[in-house]
Order: sequence, then C-alpha cells, then structure tokens
Amino acid sequence: MFIRHETIEKNVILMLVLTLITVSIGGLVQIIPLFTVETTIERVDGVRPYTPLELLGRNIYIREGCYLCHSQQIRPFKDEVERYGHYSLAAESMYDKPFQWGSKRTGPDLARVGGRYSNDWHVAHLVSPRAVVPESVMPAYPFIANRPLDYSDIGQHLRTLRSVGTPYTDEMIANARADLEAQVDPDRDPTAMQKRYPRAPVAKFNGETTTITEMDALVAYLQMLGTLVQFGDIPPDRLKQ
Amino acid sequence: MPSQAVLTADQRPAPRYVEDVIRAAVILTMFWGIAAFLVGVVIAAQLVWPQLSFDSPYLTFGRLRPLHTSAAIFAFGGTALIGTAFHIVQRTCRARLFGGEALGWFVLLGYQFFIVAAALGYLFGITQSKEYAEPEWFVDLWLTIVWVAYLIAYVGTVMKREEPHIYVANWFYLAFIITVAMLHIVNNLAMPVSITGTKSYGAWSGVQDAMIQWWYGHNAVGFFLTAAFLGMMYYYIPKAANRPVYSYRLSIIHFWSLVFMYIWAGPHHLHYTSLPDWAQTLGMAFSVMLWMPSWGGMINGLMTLSGAWDKLRTDPGLRFSVTAVGFYGMATFEGPVMSIKAVNSLSHYTDWTIGHVHSGALGWVAFIVFGTLYYLVPKMWNRPAMWSTRLISWHYWIATIGIVLYITAMWVSGIMQGLMWRAYDELGFLQYSFVETVAAMHPFYLIRLLGGVCFLSGGLIMAYNMWRTIRTETETFATQTQPALAA
Repeated sequence: MFIRHETIEKNVILMLVLTLITVSIGGLVQIIPLFTVETTIERVDGVRPYTPLELLGRNIYIREGCYLCHSQQIRPFKDEVERYGHYSLAAESMYDKPFQWGSKRTGPDLARVGGRYSNDWHVAHLVSPRAVVPESVMPAYPFIANRPLDYSDIGQHLRTLRSVGTPYTDEMIANARADLEAQVDPDRDPTAMQKRYPRAPVAKFNGETTTITEMDALVAYLQMLGTLVQFGDIPPDRLKQ
Repeated sequence: MPSQAVLTADQRPAPRYVEDVIRAAVILTMFWGIAAFLVGVVIAAQLVWPQLSFDSPYLTFGRLRPLHTSAAIFAFGGTALIGTAFHIVQRTCRARLFGGEALGWFVLLGYQFFIVAAALGYLFGITQSKEYAEPEWFVDLWLTIVWVAYLIAYVGTVMKREEPHIYVANWFYLAFIITVAMLHIVNNLAMPVSITGTKSYGAWSGVQDAMIQWWYGHNAVGFFLTAAFLGMMYYYIPKAANRPVYSYRLSIIHFWSLVFMYIWAGPHHLHYTSLPDWAQTLGMAFSVMLWMPSWGGMINGLMTLSGAWDKLRTDPGLRFSVTAVGFYGMATFEGPVMSIKAVNSLSHYTDWTIGHVHSGALGWVAFIVFGTLYYLVPKMWNRPAMWSTRLISWHYWIATIGIVLYITAMWVSGIMQGLMWRAYDELGFLQYSFVETVAAMHPFYLIRLLGGVCFLSGGLIMAYNMWRTIRTETETFATQTQPALAA
C-alpha cells in the first residue's frame, strides 16, 4: 500500500487523518495495557481511600504546588531506600487523583514522610521553615496556620471522587463530615471512623485551636503518607509487577 | 519542488491577507516573553533568597512556578505560534485566512483569555497539579473551544489554497494543532465537584495517571515546543536566508518519523518509578531513536544556509534563528542521553533536567521566536529593517551569555546534587543529609539567577528596538539604520 507522498501533500484531510493515526499508536500501546494487565498494580493490603480530612489536606498540598519541589516516589536504589524507606509501590498511589510523584527534588521526597516527625514539628516547619532547618529554601506558609478549613461540601467531594472510580461507600459519604471532625478531636470515639478508614491517626494536628484549620488537614495528610502498607506482612513475590 | 514554492516570485496579485491579528500577536508575544522571563527571574531569586515570598500566599514558589512555565510555553510560545501560523498559512497557500478577521481575532483573543484565566488561577491556588496542564476544568473547556476554532481557521485556509502542494511548514503546524488537541482532551478528563466551583477530580489515578500525564507532558514538548517551531523554522529561515529548504526528501522522512516516535517517549519521565518496567524500556528505546529525526530537522535547517552563511555577519536576526537550530540539535542530543536509565538514575529529580529544559526553551524556542520576530516586524509594519541592527547584536550576545551561564550552572548543580545523594562515607553510611545538598546548590542558584537576568535584559532590549521600529516612520529610517550597519 505505497502512497506517493505527493498525494498526501495535496490533500489536507488525508494528511490530518494519517497524522492522527501516526501519533495515536505510541499512546495506545503504552497506555491501554496499564488498564488491562492485572499485575500493573500490586495486590497489597492496607491501601484505602483518603479520609475526608486527609483528602482536604491533600487538596491544600496541590493548591500550594508542593509537588513542584517534593516528589512522592522512592526509586529502588540503595541510597534512596536508606534515605526515605521502602521503594514506592504502584498500589500506594492507586487512589491519587492526580498522582503526586513529582519530577524535581528541590526538597526531599515525601512518599514516606508520615510518622517521621511530630505534628508540632510539621506545624513549626510550615510556619517558618528556616526556624527549624536553617539552610532550607522552602517558602513560609504562616497563612494556613489559622485559616479555617472549608469542609462544608466534603460529602460532595467524596461523591465526585466515587463518580470517577474511587471506592467511597454510601456510609463514608453520609458520615464524611462527622469523620472529618472525629479525626481532629481525640475526645470523641474514633472507632467508627477508623473502621471506615483503618490506621487513620487521630490528633489535634495543629495544637489547641478553636476551629479546624487548613493546617490540621495538611499535617494529617503528611502524617499518613507512606504509612498504609505494612511491608513486614507482605511476601516479596506479591510485589512483582 | 514544493519546498521551493515559497520562494518563487509570483506574478499573480496576492489576496488581501488578514494582518492586524498577526501584528497584535507579534506585540503580545513580546509582552508575554518579558512576563515569562521576569517571573523566571523572580523564582530563581527565591531559590537564592527564600524570604522573597514575603510570607504571602500569592508569591510562593509553588504558585509562581506554574505561572512562569505557562507564561513561557503557552503565553509566549503559544501566541507566537498562533501569529506565525496565520502568517505562514496565508502566504504559503496564497489564500486569505478562513473565517477572515473575525475568526482570526476570536482565536487570538480567546487564547489570551485562556492565558489570563489560567494565570490568575495559579495565583489563587486553582490548579490540577499536572505539570504543564495545571489549568482547571473550566479553563480547559474554554481552551478546547478556542483550539477547535484554531484548527478550523488553519485547515479552512489550507483547503482554499491556490498552491497545489501544502508547504512543509504547514505539515508541522497541522500536526501540532491536531496532536495537542488529542493530548489536551485525554489528559484533562475530569469531573468538577460542583458546576459553580473550580475544583475537579481527574478521570485517571495513580500509575495510569502518571503515564497519561507524561504522555501529555513530553508531547507538549514534542508537538508544542518542537514540531510547531520546526514549522516556524521551515518558513522563516529559507525566507531570511533567501534559499530553498535544503532537502525535500529529508523533510518528509523526518516529519513522519518525528511525529511517530515522539509520542512514545513519555515514560522516560518515569524511570525507576512504579510504572511497569516494560513501559519504561519502551520509552527509553524510542527516546534514543528520536535523536535521528530530531537531527534530521536540525540538518535540514542548518544546511538551508548553504551558500548564504555570509548573511550571518550582516543579519543578526538570522543569527538568532541559526543559533536556535544549533541549540535544538544540542538539546535533542542531551535529551536521549538523559533518557537512558543509567544516566537518568543520576539526573532525574535534579537541576540537570531544569538546565536541559532551558537549553531547549531559551536556546531553541525563544531564539527561533526572536529570529522570526526580527524578520516579521519590519515586514508587518512596512519598515525597511529593524530600527537598530546594533541592538539586535547586543540582544544576541547578552541572551547567549545568559543561556550559557544558566545551563552550565544547572549542569554542575544537578550532577553534583545527584552524586551527593548517592555518596557513602568510608563507614558505609550516607555521607550527606538532604539539606547539605540544598546548601551546596546556593552558589549555582546565584549564577543561574545572573543568567536569567541577562536573558531578561536581552528581551527588554528587543522590546525597545521593536517599539522604535514600529514608531519610527519609514522616511526617517535610513539615517537611523546606516551607522548601525556600518558598525
């Protein structure tokens, strides 16, 4: 099926169609199998959708463009595993919309920052990075410390996520508001919330404040990063892609 | 030879071309260029002196960085592409723009509205956090409408052409418009939380989202910043050098191989990540192969100068275009090298990537735009030449020095940081804490800032020269340009 190039050069529609076919092939070959090959995402226990509080914290992380300087993807190199922890699994970001793997480490990787520092350290560091790490070049975020968290439409956020594939249940959506408040209030009984969202930490993440702040949500998100999968419980062959 | 069609003197009267839109696009391109370089200088300074965000929510690196990249790629580059697309398609087809002034203005101004909406969004924290696809769903929808209008104007003009062949520059612009449409739609599929709100959640997640994002992201480079600007090269270099394109056959081969291979290269942004290995390896293989069609374009551009190299002495505008092709060759050699997994394990996440991007963005994209504008401004405003040739030379050298400072600083800091991350001491412990590697970057960030200031100064010189060219009447022109030419 040899066509003279002259034919293409004289017919703009033919040229457009042929171009579109040519540019489609690579994407189709690389993208479609990622949805169909079962081993693309490892089957490991523990990964769950974000709690309402973590979800809004994650939205603040996105809003502030944290991904431009911090990756969330540990590569399987000796130095990275020693510095940051077990290399990242595809399963660990399976509910990330969008993914936050990043492309630049002006600051360190955050894939497993959860639990490494205290809540107080995170608050102090976000308010004034150089008070804690003198050489840091991170911008200061004092403005999120006292800004009240807007969670009036949290149920709608969960519902929207479910419409694009995140497995939030009716129960999770109905209790979204209560679950969010339960996560920052150690005086409440967290059993129901933690049944829906296993391993969700409960704390006054931003210390003693009168309202739930953006800082509470952001620190809650940072503190769960990389903590869901218990690597000690997983036989190595389960990690094969 | 169709490649020579553009140069043959034609006795037929030219149709009444749409030109006001092009003139507006030229001025807007210059404006966005200065804006992009300025924001770049600001964020470069913030990495030297982080206090410069002044604790403000609107001035953090995280919000200004998308402003810089979008201003450079979409505002400066995109506006230049719309203006030159309309200029080239009308002239190479000998046809008035399809849809006339109305459609031309809709595309240009609609696109400006997209830029402003996206930029304000970044400052207020409205972002999807997908690199180079940050605008939220409502801005994406608007861009889709504008882009369809752009495609209609372009294809419509080609369809009513008087020339039998579609000139090679148009192939590249067509491939750019159609491919960017495909990438934009697939990568940005999302569900808004509320029809009156700005927030949305994307259709893709995790590893698939990463693959689709970099399929998009790398081809924003491949089609927005490469294919389309090659189209620019294929028209303005032959015009300015007054020579036909070197090889028609080469342009066919490198066009089809470039558009076929570029699409595969995305996974090289995801080496050693949770993306399955087979996809990474495919991405690496095609990235290395891509070197060939890229250099096909470079050779075709440079060899067009055969027999006209002396023009580089007298036409500093052409010097910009030719240097741009040189940088294109260099960046498209460096890219395949960095896509090799072993190299990437060192270079990824470091400033080396930033340096590589800027040798492409400053050296190739910005320089080919500068060369084009220096050709286009006198043509569009009916002036014999730019107001000052000497100022073009000044711009050329100060911008070139700026690029050299920028990319060498980033090479050194990037490779150094990559090596420091993996360094072990004699007892087998990691030698450096992360923050020690940050502190080590400091002098190079200062040099990078200096490079950026040089590049911005060059842009300001150009804007001044352009303003004088447009404001100076033709009669008074000769006295202005003569001494500069003699110098």
